[in-house]
Amino acid sequence: MITVLFFAQLQEVIGKERIEFEASNITVGELKEKLMRSFQLSQLENVMTAINEEYALAEDVVSDGDIVAFIPPVSGG
Amino acid sequence: MSKKMYEIVENPIQVERVVEKVTRREAGAITTFIGTVREWTNQKRTIYLEYQAYKPMAVKMLTQIGEEIKMKWENTEVAITHRIGRLDIAEIAVVIAVSSPHRKAAYEANEYAIERIKQIVPIWKKEHWESGETWIGDQLGKVSYPSGQPLSVGKEE
Repeated sequence: MITVLFFAQLQEVIGKERIEFEASNITVGELKEKLMRSFQLSQLENVMTAINEEYALAEDVVSDGDIVAFIPPVSGG
Repeated sequence: MSKKMYEIVENPIQVERVVEKVTRREAGAITTFIGTVREWTNQKRTIYLEYQAYKPMAVKMLTQIGEEIKMKWENTEVAITHRIGRLDIAEIAVVIAVSSPHRKAAYEANEYAIERIKQIVPIWKKEHWESGETWIGDQLGKVSYPSGQPLSVGKEE
């Protein structure tokens, strides 16, 4: 099970802050594709991803128990 | 050090408190950046802002920025507090304090900190305009994330 976190506009589009997703040992890129299909979320294409609070690449692997966060372009300051 | 040098808070920021964290005998300069909520942006009037953060990661990234600064500018101390939640016009959103033996490093490092915050710290701002609301992203207007990775994460420019 993977916990997926959404922020900002993504959170509003999905209507949830987090979901539990049944998957393991898939890449960030594959996870994005699955979620884009399940939620019809084309917005995921250009967002960054963090695994357990560290920025990750599309080819990085997500394992059971990981927390994945999708990070739209940031606007702090 | 037991002081929390990097914080995400929900209540008003006391500037003095942030400055105190970097005050020390070796310092000859302390620079402070105070980011506030602006009313007008290109003829659009903001009523209030709402900030959201991925808190634990935001604190990590602020800590990383502090570490980058200490690598680039010798003998600096850095403290950063960012507020989230609803902020009204003219309220303080972020305070960055840097101390160093000589002023040049404190000025340069402080500017570096705010630029890096706008690149890598997971905090988002929602503008509530007179005419509606929008989540703001990519406010530098020149950042794109072709591979899903921000520019220069964990590295210098």
